[in-house]
Amino acid sequence: MNNTYRIALAGNPNTGKSTLFNALTGLKQHTGNWAGKTVSLAEGAVHYKKSLFRLIDLPGTYSLYSNSTDEEVARNYIVFEKPDVTLVVLDATSLERNLNLALQVMEMTSNVIVCINLIDEAKKRGIEIDEQRLMRQLGVPVLKISARNKTGFPALLDTIDRMIQGEISTSPFSIQYNEETEAKITQLEPNVKKLVGDRFPTRWITLRLLDGDTSLLDEIQKRMQQEEDLTWNTVGKTSANHLENF
Amino acid sequence: MEHSGENERQSFRELLDQANDLSTSSLRDEVVQSLYQTSQQICQKTVRFTKSKEDKKTERLDAVFTSPIWGFPIMLAMLGLIFYLTIAGANVPSSMLASFFTWLEDYISMAFTALNSPDWLHGVLVLGLYRGTTWVISVMLPPMAIFFPTFALLESYGYLPRVAFNMDRLFKKVGAHGKQSLTMAMGFGCNAAAVLSTRIIESPRERMLAILTNNFVPCNGRWGTLIVLASLFMAAGFTGGMQTLVSSGVIVGIVIFGIFVTFVVSWVLSKTMLKGVPTHYTLELPPYRRPKFFDTVVRSSLNKSYAVLMRAIKIAAPAGVLTWVFANIYIGDTSIFMYGVNFLDPFAQSLGLDGYILLAFILGLPANEVVLPILLMGYLSTGSMLEVDNLADLKNIFLDQGWTWLTALNMMLFSLLHYPCGTTLINIYKETKSYKWTFVAFIIPTVIALGVTFAVAQLVRGMGWV
Repeated sequence: MNNTYRIALAGNPNTGKSTLFNALTGLKQHTGNWAGKTVSLAEGAVHYKKSLFRLIDLPGTYSLYSNSTDEEVARNYIVFEKPDVTLVVLDATSLERNLNLALQVMEMTSNVIVCINLIDEAKKRGIEIDEQRLMRQLGVPVLKISARNKTGFPALLDTIDRMIQGEISTSPFSIQYNEETEAKITQLEPNVKKLVGDRFPTRWITLRLLDGDTSLLDEIQKRMQQEEDLTWNTVGKTSANHLENF
Repeated sequence: MEHSGENERQSFRELLDQANDLSTSSLRDEVVQSLYQTSQQICQKTVRFTKSKEDKKTERLDAVFTSPIWGFPIMLAMLGLIFYLTIAGANVPSSMLASFFTWLEDYISMAFTALNSPDWLHGVLVLGLYRGTTWVISVMLPPMAIFFPTFALLESYGYLPRVAFNMDRLFKKVGAHGKQSLTMAMGFGCNAAAVLSTRIIESPRERMLAILTNNFVPCNGRWGTLIVLASLFMAAGFTGGMQTLVSSGVIVGIVIFGIFVTFVVSWVLSKTMLKGVPTHYTLELPPYRRPKFFDTVVRSSLNKSYAVLMRAIKIAAPAGVLTWVFANIYIGDTSIFMYGVNFLDPFAQSLGLDGYILLAFILGLPANEVVLPILLMGYLSTGSMLEVDNLADLKNIFLDQGWTWLTALNMMLFSLLHYPCGTTLINIYKETKSYKWTFVAFIIPTVIALGVTFAVAQLVRGMGWV
């Protein structure tokens, strides 16, 4: 199965993320335990064209700082497990609040698809979202769906597929912080880069370090150690596959 | 490998130290703030709220309409305004209809004479059926044609749920459910339908409270009686606009009194027969909407007024014929109708009413709409035959029968408080499946109606006001 790809679903609680997950995967679901984590994640599969998408339903969170286990699980999965695509599910009826999470995910990875759910509900409440403009603003694909009515699924699956095939290049919107913060980032980021290389999103890690998130560094260190050990012990396999098996 | 691991750990520690040096507690705030600002900026460019102005308007309006201070005064003012418009607006079309029907009656009578028809046939068909039903049409149709659309406009605008919201606070205090205010609002339209609507209340105890007290809000069938009597008798000492103002004030007072009785009965029942703790719920208020003016007006005028009128005529017409027949069939030197009237009269007088009125209420059990028509036909068949040109003649009919403002007031009170109509009672039985509760629903209002009218009559007479 060379054509297996991992799609992580992130989103605020009650955005219909699980509805989307269930609608896409049907009964092809099971609960998987993830590396060193006590939290178990639902996993399911969907065939599309010649590929198999393995969907991972991350815990619903409002942010991706290390405030809670749920947030850490979601965050670590996106940063360390490096899914092929991270699908951020947003609630169309409260896009402003939901967009925070999308922006955070976009600091962590560039393989992001923003999926605006509950679009029928929003229409009822007189909320109009210009997804073309939002797409240009965010620099990643934006799709409107209604998981409940199963509308917008073909376009969503097609976008996932094209992103995986490398047909879509993204340039995720990067938040500009105030001068003081940006100066600190500029100062620290080269050192982070020296240490972790291109494995992880350095700007994001730098920000988290400046935020005082020391546990993240421990986690990075641990992961890098494992990666190294694996590289030494098993030759010929990609690290990504190993991490996946872990 | 070990060496590189050692180096790495060293570098990590250095990085951590450097990060700690640069880190400040305010940085998290800055990060979160930037995040929110960015979200906001992006949304401003890409999200359009077609109802956003409406939402803000809703908040501002609700701050006023549901305010603990202004909610109730505004409610009363709204209600008063509707009645004012109804009474003031109904006068002219009422007189026009009345004179039209009188003009037509002359020709109909001429036709009867030309055809050499017997006197009794003319009596039954023209003096009984025709005059009775046209009175009802000319008196009740114009107020209904104004009241229903205005009320419907307030409803479609979204104001009525705010009324329910305001009332909610009071209902909780008397041990009832907040949703009862909604079923009560429905009762203003039709008590029978409102009894069905109490299904929205989950707790059987609170639902029973709502069923038993719904009758205390006047339904469609009773508005006509209330409005006519208030406008004819309640402001005799006033003229012009002031008269209308006082009349509408009286109706508002009657409605408030009905609500007050609802609260008292709910409170007493919830402490006695229906004990328990009220459950809580959240009332979701819909947004204010610009009503589809033409639609609402046409639909409610035509549908509601027409339905009420047809119901009145369907029951009033046969009742009119029957009343006329009974009033003209004599056993000895007294008609059958008058036997009933005379039998009830002493008791009715102690209530500030008369035998005709009480008999009309008894015969009006099937539908409240027919009480006034039956009463009119009773009076017409026994009293002097008036040439009727305008609404003042209606008052003259009443005055000929010895009416005072007390009679009018007590008839309004009796109409407000008396037993539910036949349809409502049937629905109560269907919903409760209990003869006991159906009887309770009948007897509580009846006792209250008798008690209140008796007390008012004794007080007014005792004080020498009449």
